[in-house]
Amino acid sequence: MTRQTVDLRPSTEPPLPRPRPLASLVTRPQVIALAAVLFVNWLLFPGFFTVTWQDGRLFGSLIDVLNRGAPVAILAIGMTMVIATKGVDLSVGAVMAISGAVAAVMVTSGYPAWLAVLAALGAGLVCGLWNGILVTLLEIQPIIATLVLMVAGRGLAQLITEGYIVTFSDPVLIFIGTGSFLGFPMPVVIAFTLMLLATLIVRRTALGLLIEAVGINRSAARFAGLSSGALLLIVYTFAGFCAAVSGLIVAGDIRGADANNAGLWLELDAILAVVIGGTSLMGGRFSIPMAVLGAMIIQAMNTGILISGFSPEFNLVVKSAVIIVILVLQSPLSARLFRRLPGKSQ
Amino acid sequence: MTDAAARPVLEARGIVKVFGQHRALDNVDFAANAGEVHALLGENGAGKSTLIKILTGAYHPDAGELLLDGQPIHLRDPLHGQGYGIGTVYQEVNLLPNRSVSENLFLGRQPTRFGLVDRRRIDAQARDLLSRYGLDIDVRAELSEYSVAVQQIVAIARAVELSGKVLVLDEPTASLDRNEVQRLFEVVRGLKAKGLAIIFITHFLDQVFDLADRVTILRNGRKVATQRLDTLNTTDVVRMMLGKDVAFEHHPTALTGSTRGQVRVAFKGLNRKGLAPFDLAVHEGEVVGVAGLLGSGRTEVARLMFGVDGAEGGEILVDGRPVTIRNPAQAVAAGFGFCPEDRKLDGIFGDLSVRENIIIALQAKLGWFRALNREDQVELAGRYAEALDIRAANHDMPVKLLSGGNQQKVILARWLAIDPTFLILDEPTRGIDVGAHAEIVRTINRLREEGLALFVISSELDEVVAYSNRIVVMRDREMVAELAGPDIASDAIVQAIAGTPQEVRP
Amino acid sequence: MTRSLRPLLATTLIFLFAYLLAVTQHPAMFSTRVLGNFLTDNAFLGIAAVGMTFVILSGGIDLSVGAVIGFTTVLIAVLIMWLSLHPLVAFAIALTVAACFGAVMGAAIHYLKVPSFIVTLAGMFLARGGASVLSPDSIGIQHAFYSGVSKSYILMPGGGRLTVVGIIMLAVFAVAILLAHRTRFGSNVYALGGSETSAALMGVPVARTTIAIYALSSFLAGLAGVVFSLYTSAGYSLNALGVELDAIAAVVIGGTLLTGGYGFVAGTFIGVMLQGLVQTYIVFDGTLSSWWTKIVVGVLLFMFIVLQRLVFRAGPRRT
Repeated sequence: MTRQTVDLRPSTEPPLPRPRPLASLVTRPQVIALAAVLFVNWLLFPGFFTVTWQDGRLFGSLIDVLNRGAPVAILAIGMTMVIATKGVDLSVGAVMAISGAVAAVMVTSGYPAWLAVLAALGAGLVCGLWNGILVTLLEIQPIIATLVLMVAGRGLAQLITEGYIVTFSDPVLIFIGTGSFLGFPMPVVIAFTLMLLATLIVRRTALGLLIEAVGINRSAARFAGLSSGALLLIVYTFAGFCAAVSGLIVAGDIRGADANNAGLWLELDAILAVVIGGTSLMGGRFSIPMAVLGAMIIQAMNTGILISGFSPEFNLVVKSAVIIVILVLQSPLSARLFRRLPGKSQ
Repeated sequence: MTDAAARPVLEARGIVKVFGQHRALDNVDFAANAGEVHALLGENGAGKSTLIKILTGAYHPDAGELLLDGQPIHLRDPLHGQGYGIGTVYQEVNLLPNRSVSENLFLGRQPTRFGLVDRRRIDAQARDLLSRYGLDIDVRAELSEYSVAVQQIVAIARAVELSGKVLVLDEPTASLDRNEVQRLFEVVRGLKAKGLAIIFITHFLDQVFDLADRVTILRNGRKVATQRLDTLNTTDVVRMMLGKDVAFEHHPTALTGSTRGQVRVAFKGLNRKGLAPFDLAVHEGEVVGVAGLLGSGRTEVARLMFGVDGAEGGEILVDGRPVTIRNPAQAVAAGFGFCPEDRKLDGIFGDLSVRENIIIALQAKLGWFRALNREDQVELAGRYAEALDIRAANHDMPVKLLSGGNQQKVILARWLAIDPTFLILDEPTRGIDVGAHAEIVRTINRLREEGLALFVISSELDEVVAYSNRIVVMRDREMVAELAGPDIASDAIVQAIAGTPQEVRP
Repeated sequence: MTRSLRPLLATTLIFLFAYLLAVTQHPAMFSTRVLGNFLTDNAFLGIAAVGMTFVILSGGIDLSVGAVIGFTTVLIAVLIMWLSLHPLVAFAIALTVAACFGAVMGAAIHYLKVPSFIVTLAGMFLARGGASVLSPDSIGIQHAFYSGVSKSYILMPGGGRLTVVGIIMLAVFAVAILLAHRTRFGSNVYALGGSETSAALMGVPVARTTIAIYALSSFLAGLAGVVFSLYTSAGYSLNALGVELDAIAAVVIGGTLLTGGYGFVAGTFIGVMLQGLVQTYIVFDGTLSSWWTKIVVGVLLFMFIVLQRLVFRAGPRRT
């Protein structure tokens, strides 16, 4: 009486065709947004797309956007994965300052540049590991756990530089910040390489999928036999590493370590870049290239504001407007407004 | 009819509630009378909590109406319900653990003097109020410092104080000991004598008989019966809850037990606080069914086996060799699989695709660096989706868009993909429509025939009977009986669950 | 003893111990003169931290505090120097603007269901950006009222000066203590921090309370901006950079649980004073550098976060 036979035949619906990768890339909202920002920049400054070759390297506004966007892009690479696990890392700006300070102090004390670079990267790894330990072993909420280093980190950086802006003339460090390779500025080359490597590692191994699984449903991940602790540790450590790389670039760019201002507020830009890149703050699906694209959108806006003659602080207003738009678009409120009929699942 | 004189305070007529494609409540009538305790019984998914949420205003019915004192009402939310005199006390006390007892009693209606809260008066009133419930405690202390029993009584006091017509007790005794339950019951009896209509939800049958006057039993979203409890015994109630009205087809091979092979997995003296030590061996090609009511410890056994909760003693042998299982990862490494009861919370990764959901356990087992490439994934997902007849438009769509039955099959596929030695299924057919239900039962039978060792928990008797070689009956967090071969029959199970002596069946 | 009192007790003991230690090394620190400076120098931080306390008690966080302080100083300077308004009128306008700003953030947090840190992050960008759009440069304020205020103080025994801004901070703490512990609004704040679901079921107006909490926080940040303006006689968009972090640290060190629900406004006062003590000690010592402040505050923050985890994990929670 409660049981009845039902039709058990398999679905006759044909599988949906997979969208062509190129077509789907071009229609992504981030790509359209970047194109729109660049277009506006071009309207404001007709020479925007002009790229010239001079002294063995490329010059032009477009290259400038890439170059200046690189530090945030690198931060965003690490931040993407942290956010994918449903976490956040507020300390990356402070870690940048630490890394720059370590490198600067070491070369000015006479150590070879390669050792200074390794030490700076090591410092970043240690900072990231510290965050990871707080999050996994002590089970402190990420935003709170990383706040500790955000507060203390700049103090540590100043401790290392003893409060001075340590300037250096080491050619290797300066090359990292201002050199060029195959015509492209080093920061761009580093950011691009890191993006490629990180994406390859994450997608060629199972790491990416497992990170997404942990971010989407930690309890289900546990039931499926995943050990999320080790994953979280790796993700936070990697974020620290990225921050260190970014710190080296910024230090090389200004030929010195400024513990007070290096990477100031960049953690927020990195978070924004990740969010613009479509990774949800609630964790889950992530895309490293999209986050890098997000960083480029932010930088293109910055540049646009600069060339149109507004004060650089004006882009804070624009950034906040961007956050607001994204928040409204992602909110359940607009989901209700824009809800379309979902495709029937069976 | 003995109820002729009774006055229904809160009445629900023809209530229908649909979630997606699932009818959680189908034309249910319910009435709570003044001065009575009305028990509401049913297994998980029977529709109890949905009905309660409609009665208290948390959900809005898709059809049917609510009447309070004969007048139709439309509740916006629980707060609105409270205003009408319908108060609720939940199992997980919905008060503020971080605030004082008196504040919990008076939040939102604190007496003030010159705009400031008059704390001395609140404390005095709180002490006074609680003394009427036989509670003499420091009302200024944080609520969380008291036992759950005291918190329940505080919650009841608040609900009655605010509402005072209908009191809904949603599994208030789940985490109380015997003395605390008695204390709570005294409070409830006092309120009943004052003429409140009390709706009591629990899964402890003895408590129902102890406290309630009438009982309404729900199963699969339908009302089975509303009866006076003095006309019923435990066996009747269990039978109505678990359902025997379906003609089950007892699987012929299960009777003989001839197909079962070697012992696959053996648990010896496995135990944990609150769960009696148990021994159990599951053979190749055998389904061990678990029967028992909610709260009997059946899910706890499964969690213990899979390492979700750490065992405090005992050992586990797989194919005769001892293995260490302290967490699910080790269980998976030992070849165990577990389909948890709460699919959404512990099972599926909603935003991941069907394909990824199927291969995730295998991938976790392989480790980070031996990634399954896309072709492997597509092949695996395709194979198991076909074997289990998972119906999805494609395997790249998020699993959350699938129906409950298909989601369950995806989780099953996930475990089949690791080529398990032992599979634990906790309520595999919960919240699944009738068609998918039959399919899953069929799948379990097929897996057994293919030589898998299975441990299946279900509240549906006909279902357990249909696929089990042996049935373990659980009551009060203990395995109390084991039925095998010809003994497997609903009546015997019902009696074992109810704790009545086995009758000789004709 | 109530669990939530333990971190507060720890803070108090640490403060007393640290103060004792400081006084034994530098006896001059034991004077009302130092105390007076103490209160004056930390007034804006203290006021902002009070607002932050309410936000954190309710389970949120407000990253816009420093930016709102900066914005307010610029707005006040613009109103006084460019529009020639009387400072009191300028203050009233600035405080209203700040409160409305906070209310909007609160509404966004509640209705858009986004984490408070991201909304207040947008708020921070907006306030800093808005301030520099108003005026990218520092604007000095010359007004009789300002010089009058800076000259008025209450002389404490021992020669210490209790300045107007110091008095404002003490008054804010006094009112906030009443507000948190003796009003329905205060109860609702704690209720939200305890459990939003329970609070809603118990009749707490969640939307209204959330909006009020962030409005209060921004209002107090605005008031901190007024104090900052009186203290420095200037408006600059980059004023009070990073004060939100100091405020959060003060709240946590003061024994308020960062996840909400437990804590005391009075504890925040001790948290602010402890930070001030570290700074004053470093000034007195002379050999130590200012960055030790950040490190010590970071270490304290870490200690208290771990302490809270231990205290609150051991609690009789059942699920």
